[in-house]
Amino acid sequence: MDYVLLAEQFFNGFQLGIILFLVAAGLTLIFGIMDLVNLAHGTLYMFGAFFAATFVQLTDSLIFGMILTLPAMLIAGLVLELGVLRTLYERDHLDQVLATFGLIIFFNELFLIVWGPEGSGINLPSYLTGTSELPGGIAVPDYRIVIIISGLLVALLLYLLVSKTRIGMLIRAGASNREMVGALGINIKLLFTLVFGLGAVLAGFAGMIITPITQAESGMGEGMLILAFVVIVIGGIGSIKGAFVAAILTGLIDTMGRSFIDVALMSFMDSVAAETAGPAISSMLIYILMAVILAIKPSGLFPPKGA
Amino acid sequence: MTDSLLNVEKLVKKFGGLTATDSLDLDVQEGEIHAIIGPNGAGKTTLINQLSGLLKPDSGSIQFNGREINNLSAPQRCHEGLVRSYQITSIFKDFTVLGNVAMSIQAREGHSFRFWNNAYMDTSLAEKAMKVLTETKLEEKADVLADNLAHGEQRQLEIAMAIATSPKMLLLDEPMAGMGPEESSSVTKFLKSMKSKYTMLLIEHDMDAVFALADRITVLVYGKSIACGIPEEIRSNKEVRIAYLGDG
Amino acid sequence: MPVIAPLIGQEFYTDVFARIMIVTIAAISLNFIMGYGGMISFGHAIFVGIGGYSVGILASHGIESAYIQWPVGILMSGLFALIIGAISLRTRGVYFIMITLAFAQMMYFLSVSVEKYGSDDGLTIDSRSDFGLSFFDLNDPMTMYYFAFILMICCLYLNLRIVNSRFGRVLRAGKSNNERMTTIGYPTFRYKLVAFVIAGMMCGLSGLLTANFEDFVSPDMLFWTFSGELIFMVVLGGMGTVMGPLGGAMIFLFLSEILSNITEAWHLIFGPFLILVVLFARGGVEGFLKKYEGSND
Repeated sequence: MDYVLLAEQFFNGFQLGIILFLVAAGLTLIFGIMDLVNLAHGTLYMFGAFFAATFVQLTDSLIFGMILTLPAMLIAGLVLELGVLRTLYERDHLDQVLATFGLIIFFNELFLIVWGPEGSGINLPSYLTGTSELPGGIAVPDYRIVIIISGLLVALLLYLLVSKTRIGMLIRAGASNREMVGALGINIKLLFTLVFGLGAVLAGFAGMIITPITQAESGMGEGMLILAFVVIVIGGIGSIKGAFVAAILTGLIDTMGRSFIDVALMSFMDSVAAETAGPAISSMLIYILMAVILAIKPSGLFPPKGA
Repeated sequence: MTDSLLNVEKLVKKFGGLTATDSLDLDVQEGEIHAIIGPNGAGKTTLINQLSGLLKPDSGSIQFNGREINNLSAPQRCHEGLVRSYQITSIFKDFTVLGNVAMSIQAREGHSFRFWNNAYMDTSLAEKAMKVLTETKLEEKADVLADNLAHGEQRQLEIAMAIATSPKMLLLDEPMAGMGPEESSSVTKFLKSMKSKYTMLLIEHDMDAVFALADRITVLVYGKSIACGIPEEIRSNKEVRIAYLGDG
Repeated sequence: MPVIAPLIGQEFYTDVFARIMIVTIAAISLNFIMGYGGMISFGHAIFVGIGGYSVGILASHGIESAYIQWPVGILMSGLFALIIGAISLRTRGVYFIMITLAFAQMMYFLSVSVEKYGSDDGLTIDSRSDFGLSFFDLNDPMTMYYFAFILMICCLYLNLRIVNSRFGRVLRAGKSNNERMTTIGYPTFRYKLVAFVIAGMMCGLSGLLTANFEDFVSPDMLFWTFSGELIFMVVLGGMGTVMGPLGGAMIFLFLSEILSNITEAWHLIFGPFLILVVLFARGGVEGFLKKYEGSND
């Protein structure tokens, strides 16, 4: 057992988990509080990636470009909410699915036209392209550390917002009992808009921060969306804590699973079979986990109280 | 207790900090109409949900016809002969009145894994359904879309669907909910005529109906039975008068 | 119209109509569980893929007999539907939608990851399913066309009979009010699962035909956007109507043909069009017309 590789893949999986969490947190809130199925949440992730790439190129500075992206995401989210999504709140879920599907198609095409099939990217400044060595000979790219730390910081901010502020209390109340919050006389429309804006910024941040590694491409949102949904099913709809745990778990299982599944299989299969079955099974691991959770605890690991 | 068709022992159901059913004991004799009365929030609908299999109690036992049914699913309980009706009308709005009742008949008959023959042309189903409609005075509305019925008629359909499953015992959750005095008295007469056919557990707020129909009454307050007896006993019970009927 | 299309002699029209008919079969199966059963599956494309790959994989191993390929395709579709349905049907509403979507994604990755069968590039099929009959050769375009036509008619008729049968009524009542069904004695999960499996098998049939028609299978057949397009077709034609799937498939495919000839970026128009249809023409074309004719079915 190569422990160095194990540790490195652990960081890799943890990074994926953080990114997943950022996307899933917004999704779980939006779905939990607003009862809105927004397939276009992945599109917001894509927005973040492209906006960041463009701003970084325009300002020729990683920091400035990324800082500018956040308000841009907020504006984009608000425009989307006020323009299209508002009309969908009263509709049934099928309508929401189809309409947001339409949004995905539209924006994927738009971004494909504007930026071309190669998409766009962010080149990291030299001080971030290095690799650091941790005790034990574990090599972790510097930027990965940046992603993990900034992601954890955002998670912390989100936690503080949700558990220590009045708005956060409204959000939590809304996640476990929407009608009650409305009955309390709170301006539901405003709350919804805020929650959506928050979700948009979180998703955009995730897209932005991953772009230096993966590029911004049309269609990058949907894979992330589907994974994010698996995460919130596992974690419990409306629960941020659940989203965090489930996201890290998912990231770790997916990444480490892919690396080590052929090793595991080779212990009882010949190498040819293991090499064929390996990638196939590793791509299914997350979904198997989701299926198991659904079978044992359908409301997820940490459903918000009252759900 | 040996004659009890339904026997509930120490039933408990809690929702977070709220105790909806508080170690409840209840028995219903075969052939009786047993009414449950109590203030709003006493946990009456929660009780019906547990009896019909939609909600799992935290602890306690439910015996029906000599058998422990606590682990049976809702459909299984129907087949044992325990069928409920809803306080808030729960019908198939896009089916006709006849169609609604036919679904209950079909449930009792079985043979639902038939894929080829047109069920709408199945005269045996239609005949049996019409019988029930005639019993419940809905035969003239047979081909009307359920959604187009008046409120009172929908309540009648609600009960008709339960009856059409040929139950041994009916759990009626406020059958007269939202009805005016004329309709209520007509339903009361109807239920009285059904007495010999079905045992009934009746949850109701309409006191005229309760005292006209019930053989025995259980009073439910905060999920607990505070009194159980024949109507005269209940009427004169001091605790009950204070808690529910209002003093004097 | 589909009957006379080949007689016009223009290959373009036969191609378009053949595609329409083959997709209609998939749409009929989706309409069955969606329009009549209330199960909105965003993973229906899976079964097209299974049917298609059954032909492709077997053909690549030299097994070209239709008498092996087709039963395998249909049975495998049924088996996958059984497993996916047994897990997904534990959920309802939007959870069901997303979980079927997740399974679709999983199957897509599966088909991409198995390099032996073409992975991303897909698998070319050299010869169509062999029925071993001298007068019936799917390699002949006319035979292929009419075979698809007959199968589509059969599926339309089968659907008609099932939805009006006892089983069909259970399904429809379950869509109308699932809880009441359980409290009058129906274990609804069982029925929905059976319906899901039937739909999976019919959709697998569509996949078998697709593989034969296109002489090619690839993971794209399984891509989730295809599932979305199928849903859209069913909604467009009118959910829960017998001829809806055919109407929806025709409109959808014609529209995409026309739009893609106008501009390569036709999705720019298509996306908003979809949104508008959802917002204003929800009952599909039939519902839209009904409003004006005031007729009652």
